[in-house]
Amino acid sequence: MMRIKTPKKGRIRRELEKRAPKLVETGKKTLILQGTKTSGLLNTVLTEIYHLKRESSVRYTRRNDNVRPFESGGETSLEFFSQKTDCGMFVFGSHSKKRPDNLILGRMYDHHIYDLVEVGVENFKSMESFVYDKKLAPKMGSKPFIAFIGEGFESVEELKHLKEVLLDLFRGEVVENLNLAGVDRAYVCTALSSNRVFFTHCALRLKKSGTIVPRMELVEVGPSMDLVLRRHRPPNDSLRKEAMKTAADKPKKKEKNVSRDVIQGKIGKVYIPDQQLGDMNLPNKAKGVKRERREAKMNKQANGHASKKQKGGSD
Amino acid sequence: MEETRAVQVDLGSLMAFDSSHHFPSLPSSREELVANCLEKGTELVQAVADALFNLPSTEDVDGPIVKLPPPTTKLPREKHLPKPKPPTKWELFAKSKGIKNRKKDKIVYDEQTGTWKRRYGYDRVNDDQDLPILEAKATDEVGIDPFAERRADKKKRVEKQNKNRLQNLKQAANAHALPSHIQLAATALPITGTQAAPKKVSKDELGNVAGLAATATASGGKFDKKLPGEKKPKHEQKHRKFLPVAEGTGQGSKEKEQTDRVLNKLLSKNSHEILNVDKAVTMYNVKKEKKRSNQKRDSSSNSSKLKPQKKVQKKPFKKGSAKRGSAKGSAKKGSAKKEKSK
Repeated sequence: MMRIKTPKKGRIRRELEKRAPKLVETGKKTLILQGTKTSGLLNTVLTEIYHLKRESSVRYTRRNDNVRPFESGGETSLEFFSQKTDCGMFVFGSHSKKRPDNLILGRMYDHHIYDLVEVGVENFKSMESFVYDKKLAPKMGSKPFIAFIGEGFESVEELKHLKEVLLDLFRGEVVENLNLAGVDRAYVCTALSSNRVFFTHCALRLKKSGTIVPRMELVEVGPSMDLVLRRHRPPNDSLRKEAMKTAADKPKKKEKNVSRDVIQGKIGKVYIPDQQLGDMNLPNKAKGVKRERREAKMNKQANGHASKKQKGGSD
Repeated sequence: MEETRAVQVDLGSLMAFDSSHHFPSLPSSREELVANCLEKGTELVQAVADALFNLPSTEDVDGPIVKLPPPTTKLPREKHLPKPKPPTKWELFAKSKGIKNRKKDKIVYDEQTGTWKRRYGYDRVNDDQDLPILEAKATDEVGIDPFAERRADKKKRVEKQNKNRLQNLKQAANAHALPSHIQLAATALPITGTQAAPKKVSKDELGNVAGLAATATASGGKFDKKLPGEKKPKHEQKHRKFLPVAEGTGQGSKEKEQTDRVLNKLLSKNSHEILNVDKAVTMYNVKKEKKRSNQKRDSSSNSSKLKPQKKVQKKPFKKGSAKRGSAKGSAKKGSAKKEKSK
């Protein structure tokens, strides 16, 4: 026997509806967590990423010993967290002798692991180490400009993947209307070699130029680090096809029977199907149509004929 | 200067990608490198800003607002596309009868009291429980309480409605289109993305598992007592057949046959040169037909002199390969093949 469980409060119902799959998706939330051992450097990195993505990320500060994304059994915890916090991306930091200052950036599809990229952090400079005019500091939650430099991002498979993941991580919500006065940050990623990417976060200063377009000036503000590619796991082909499907993919149906005329405007023909008068469902059944009456009538006729016959026979 | 570099700008996500930049040699010092990167970055950001600020903007209190185009880079979704809900029983019925939904007002005029009362809820119009007197009909029996009967009827109706609702939800759950705020199972959520109720095991699956369990004995389940109604196992003997250690007299060499069979299978799978005569003939015929139909179509539009002559390629016909293709099963020929390949 199944029981129907519905929330008793409207607030919970609304929360559940926010988490339901939608036709057009809004921004992904990121889960930032750490593994068995982290270094001081890694802790700072994770905190700074959390600050960069403040509104749309969740930070777990405890150690998680059983999270090993690249091993087959080690993803169950991650998937559980993703389900509970409704996060589509995660940043997992860990430190070991073999992989110092390790960051695993991963994405989820339907709360299962979709793809993973493992990078090591080198030459990290935190936000506090940069000196700049405080007025330029980018506001929280503003939509950033993202710049990718280097042919490596197109030629090397892993860098392509990393580019996609970084774009997903820092893009923020896809909005239709943007306030031009509010653009004030930019991320710059340069492919230094086939496995090293220089990543930095800058504030934008808009200077007056002769035209409508202001002159841009980048001032390094936020964390800057070198990302060294380690392992990566691309998504399954079939899973990738499914995840890339959008609602707009279905070809728009050709509008039939509509033609435009210069004189009359939009024209369409009205086709009336043949009326099956016997089969129509009438809302008010006419008295003569009702089955009982029909049958009674038929019976009476049959009786009438029989009685007539009898009369004739008796004579 | 800008035309030489190909800068791909994705306005929807405010992204710029310079794919043609190449670092000839890494500058030695870190500051130089950083400065280089910032310079390149500035150029790219400027390119995006050019496109961005040239969009038509509307003036607002906080600043000019532009309408961004949708982003061009496709990124994978976070969750699956929502599946369309299957129509409920009532919806199907209404569609077939042509019943349209009519909007009802929240407040209705009550003739008895002469006031406007709400349709549902406390103090509603035409409430069943308000009636003080019920007239007895000829069909009513003597002993029954009509008020209690009415209440029982209502309870039955409500139960029926709940049963129908459950059926509709089960159908939706089967189609993976359950509404987000409804859960059908009483147990805790499984750790999967979709909130589906645990799948019921089908009859075939149960049968398979039962069969596996029954034959998982040393003698293959032959001597176990069968339960009443249990059918014979599908594969009665053991699943593997081993060749006898010592060959008896009067039999062909079984081991040779076995190895020949394996060899033929391998050769036929991996060899591209073995000609399947029937297939080659049909392919040739099909090509011929196509060419003919193309020629017919083209001769009506073009003159054949202007078109370049097409060459029809036939599959290479190897001497003796027809024999090879047809004589797959015979062991003698197989051994001859072995010698040939040497």
